[in-house]
Amino acid sequence: MALTNEHIKQRLIEKFGDQLTAFEEPYGMLTFEAPKELNLKVLTFLSEDAELKFRFLTDLCGVHFPDNTGKELGVVYHLHNLEDNVRIRFKVFADVNKPDIYTASSLFSSANWQERETYDFYGINFIGHPNLKRILNVDEMDYFPLRKEFPLEDQSRVDKDDEMFGRGGTLGFGTEKTDHGTLTEDHKHNVNNEII
Amino acid sequence: MSDQHIKLPEGSIEKTTTTLNLGPTHPATHGVFQNILELDGERIVSAEQTVGYIHRAFEKIAERRPLYQITPLTDRLNYCSSPLNNMGWHLTCEKLLGVKTPKRVDYLRVIIMELARISDHLICNSIVGVDSGAYTGFLYVMQYRELIYEIYEEICGSRLTTNIGRIGGFERNFNDIAFQKIQKFLDEYPDVQREFENLFTRNRIFMERTIGAGPISAERALNYGFTGPNLRAAGVDYDVRVHSPYSSYEDFEFIVPVGSTGDCYDRFLVRNEEMWQSMSIIKQAMQKLEQFKGADAEVYHADVPEYYLPDKKDVYTKMEALIWHFKIIMGEIDMPKGEVYMSVEGANGEVGYYFISDGGRSPYRLHFRRPCFIYYQAYEELTKGAMLSDAIIVMSSLNLIAGEMDA
Repeated sequence: MALTNEHIKQRLIEKFGDQLTAFEEPYGMLTFEAPKELNLKVLTFLSEDAELKFRFLTDLCGVHFPDNTGKELGVVYHLHNLEDNVRIRFKVFADVNKPDIYTASSLFSSANWQERETYDFYGINFIGHPNLKRILNVDEMDYFPLRKEFPLEDQSRVDKDDEMFGRGGTLGFGTEKTDHGTLTEDHKHNVNNEII
Repeated sequence: MSDQHIKLPEGSIEKTTTTLNLGPTHPATHGVFQNILELDGERIVSAEQTVGYIHRAFEKIAERRPLYQITPLTDRLNYCSSPLNNMGWHLTCEKLLGVKTPKRVDYLRVIIMELARISDHLICNSIVGVDSGAYTGFLYVMQYRELIYEIYEEICGSRLTTNIGRIGGFERNFNDIAFQKIQKFLDEYPDVQREFENLFTRNRIFMERTIGAGPISAERALNYGFTGPNLRAAGVDYDVRVHSPYSSYEDFEFIVPVGSTGDCYDRFLVRNEEMWQSMSIIKQAMQKLEQFKGADAEVYHADVPEYYLPDKKDVYTKMEALIWHFKIIMGEIDMPKGEVYMSVEGANGEVGYYFISDGGRSPYRLHFRRPCFIYYQAYEELTKGAMLSDAIIVMSSLNLIAGEMDA
């Protein structure tokens, strides 16, 4: 029998009751939420159950919803049953002030670096991780850059002198004198954003 | 008394092993990443990897860009086969936006994706040759990568970081020169590939260097999240093109080659066979393209004015086209809310995009599943107890691309 989303949901509810919430099927992929204490139990059940066999961890990543009070930081697991070719996604959420989530690296070796990456960008503390340190960013960094409190630079800002990229530049490309001797002279006089 | 001027780390005099920094800019790493090897003589005791030297924060940058400006970011993941990443990204957007592409577009995309796969595999395999001391094969195949790049150039204007395709199709139709060059590639490359294989496959030196180097069992490979040729070399026939067909791959006949031991030699063989299969897929696609006649043979994008930029000449002459152009460029078109995961079979494995949309102009969160990053973790296990020279071959046969690892 083909493994349907409905059946997977049934099996999960039989096992975990109403602890699993927010069942959805966006674009056909069964998605649900679990309490963060249960993440390993759910992962183990999914991989060891004789019917479900979700034994391949496709992807693990973090996500930040600052308005979701008490559940700001999330970890999203994408699992794949390679035999029946079914994918599911499940999420756990943690408080941003105490982002402790159990590590999945004992179940999946592939989770090791992916959890380090998630820690690196979101500061999620994976309890029991063998080597939880930054992986892509420099070790000295003291913040978690993918969190939403760090907006990217406003592209319309004009205070930055970025003349090569046409943003509030002082050189005035196109208006400078063609004589090479005077270009540097002009530039020297125009460091204060004056219009040539 | 301190008569020692150089401060050595604690215990370094008594230590019997040697620490060797392979990378970050070692010629054998083919990219910027570091391996700190602990050597006992020439045998590897442990290896610690450092990545992130070319991390460019693509996931953060993507959170502020409209969809069509994210395509150039995906170019720079696996830069040996950018079109595959581009297509994966377009397919993700199309899945989210509910855009259905015409069959002809699917077939054109298949041609481009398979060319990209060939160009990636031929570099990987010939570099395995170079790292085992055989330079010639690399020169033979390199000129055909050049031809593939010329084909890209005909279609999109650039060679390495292609930014090829748009949401819903291509930016322009393939011209005759592009088709001629594809045909030329199909006519000439099989001989070169055969010659390349003659040089290597049964070459005693090559076999002894690669057989048994860096083996991995199917079970460990799955646990490490291997995908693509590296997983198939270990004997698991998982291929995204077959498991969840996209871009009409279900219309094509091809074989998924598998190995058994997962060592460098099997990875080499699997990649070679995949190149043959890719050539067969391109041939089939060229035949399928011939069935389109008249106006159908000119279709190169879906009819989605909300997402696909109108022709420039229409923008200057037609009011409606001008409005769409303005709306797309100024980011007036909102996306549907939702989350979507889409993956394609990249040259190194499953290239996945996890995209959360909050209905705004840019993704709320975009995560790239980069196969390299995930399977590079296994490097220590693959090289433990091996010779230093094996470690180099394992690295090149895994096809580690720094751009993909660091995103």
